[in-house]
Amino acid sequence: MTDKLLPPKKKNPQLRQRVPTLPPAMRSRAALGLTAAAARGEFSLQHCEDCGAVQYPPRDACSSCLSVKLSWRETGRQGKLIAETRIHASPDPYYRERLPWRSGLVRLDAGPTVLCHLHGDVGRGDTLRMDLKLDKAGQGAMIALPVERTPDMADDPQLRSLTADPKHRRILITDIRSPMTRPLIDGLLAAGAAHVFVGQSESWRRGSDHEAIAALDKVSVVQLDVTDASSVQRLAAEIGGKTDILINTARFVRPGGVLGADTVFAREEFETNALGLMRLAQAFGPGMASRTADGVNSAVALVNLLSVHALSADPHYGAFSASQSAALSISQTLRSEFRSSGLRVINVFTGPTDDEWHQPLPPPKVPPKALAKSVLTALGEGLEDVFCGDVAKDLQERWRKDAKVLERELTGGGA
Amino acid sequence: MSEAISVLAAALGDGSVEVVDLTHTLDPDFPVIVLPPEFGQCARFRMEEVSAYDGRGPAWKWHNISMNEHTGTHFDAPIHWVSGRDVANGAVDEIDPAMFVGPVVVIDCSEGAASDDDFELTPEIIAAWEAEHGPIPANSWVLMRTDWSKRRGAEYLNMADDGPHSPGPTPAAIEMLLARDIRGFGTETVGTDAGQGAHYTPPYPAHYLLHGAGKFGLQCLSNLDRLPATGAMLIAPPLKIKGGTGSPLRVLALVPGKTGSGE
Repeated sequence: MTDKLLPPKKKNPQLRQRVPTLPPAMRSRAALGLTAAAARGEFSLQHCEDCGAVQYPPRDACSSCLSVKLSWRETGRQGKLIAETRIHASPDPYYRERLPWRSGLVRLDAGPTVLCHLHGDVGRGDTLRMDLKLDKAGQGAMIALPVERTPDMADDPQLRSLTADPKHRRILITDIRSPMTRPLIDGLLAAGAAHVFVGQSESWRRGSDHEAIAALDKVSVVQLDVTDASSVQRLAAEIGGKTDILINTARFVRPGGVLGADTVFAREEFETNALGLMRLAQAFGPGMASRTADGVNSAVALVNLLSVHALSADPHYGAFSASQSAALSISQTLRSEFRSSGLRVINVFTGPTDDEWHQPLPPPKVPPKALAKSVLTALGEGLEDVFCGDVAKDLQERWRKDAKVLERELTGGGA
Repeated sequence: MSEAISVLAAALGDGSVEVVDLTHTLDPDFPVIVLPPEFGQCARFRMEEVSAYDGRGPAWKWHNISMNEHTGTHFDAPIHWVSGRDVANGAVDEIDPAMFVGPVVVIDCSEGAASDDDFELTPEIIAAWEAEHGPIPANSWVLMRTDWSKRRGAEYLNMADDGPHSPGPTPAAIEMLLARDIRGFGTETVGTDAGQGAHYTPPYPAHYLLHGAGKFGLQCLSNLDRLPATGAMLIAPPLKIKGGTGSPLRVLALVPGKTGSGE
């Protein structure tokens, strides 16, 4: 059974903080299919379209018939551990600091035998469930997990290195006014978060639930306005060194297309949704990136909430969609810039949310609780792209299938 | 006339005339008027560093700033309101600059405002003030002192479920001031109208009546407790914005000093 992860002791200020290192990051282009699947929480392998053989490791031609028609498909996760080893010495700087490290060979029911990381609760001969996760280098890595959940399973050090679990971590939620903030706070505390900081802009304009949030145990309300660089910098100077997860719930949305809407609301949308993310990343990012190997409560993720219309515009929310595309683009650059540190940028995409700005839209709409749950899943599972709700999932699938077809459908007319 | 200016210069020099700053600091967190969210909103003051003696500009520091015309301590021109849309020379760049320097009287409502958030400036109060200080001179600024500028945080806008609660003039009070042919009307609150001013007839009487008559407004003033009831001079020139409906500005008052031979 996994040892329960205890809250970290206060740091010894005389010791040098551990410098972030990454596991080996080189992959072939073919192998990036594993990374893409891991980012979305899928378990996919290459299947030969000619002979049906399932491939591992990823390759450019089928290992049985040499066909180049290999396609990524969701694959059964069942397998059996046929060999295990415990590594006690490694020349690799990342693994050297984390020894001993268990790895093993798993024969998948789907066919191939894979070399993978092992959760502490699996042993030789066990039937197990395979998972694909992003490692610190942002690459897909396989880990063998017990079929049934075990107590404190997420505390296993090898698994925890592949997730962004909030347990014992300190979290900043940027906007107290977001309807999802309260369920998010409750979920994070239930998941064992050490402390939650909640940003409040314009304290001269208090909301009805602000006092109740401020009164919660392990929660502090702090002054933060993502549209004001000085405010973001002031807060980063105060708590930037102990922010392990940053969840950006700040959002400005107004209905309206492009022709009929003015640029005043559009500017506000870009200021909050796109440039706000940039300001947060600039102020908090470097500090977080320096602390990604800082023990139990190391910095681990920056979470961004996006409309699924970042992928393809909703003409009824034209300028808002544009701000979401801009934010998505910024998050991609941030992924590149944080790559060397292992700090993860998570995007949670949602369809229309059930709030005052989507009143006339018919259901299904995403309730704040569901969005909060998706954020918690993303952190707990270590995902990078999460689609919350049926609308977001559906749009994403259609976008992957053919972005142009989706665009034509969303922009009206035709079938 | 040049003699008057040298006398003023000497009075400023020896402290017999003092300069009082009636302006709040332009701060990103200073409250602005909040309208129902489906309406366009007043932009908050924002400042972005362009360079700070660094790679972006090695020997200099400067900022880009942005705001609404009605952010912070600000001036309202007649074209700000629908009633003043056709007033001749009603934009800030068109107003005769002589209007920006002139006499000011202060009606002290601080006692009433201290006990009643919705305190009203009424014709009775104006009449009582005139009984004490004489008629309000034509072409002078009239400022309503409430000490509201000393409030901080949520107390300033004083928003409640039924809207903001802050003192202001009744329609009849504004009519009476217009009958005196004043230059403009100023307050310490976020607008020249009361927080509940939407419920008067006409709604927002200070805005509606003053600007319709080509008069000016000043709001978010501070330090009004340092002005005498009469005898001070107000300097309130808005930025020369083409077609501007108002402007943040530095409002100064020249007041009799405690020292020197000005009296």
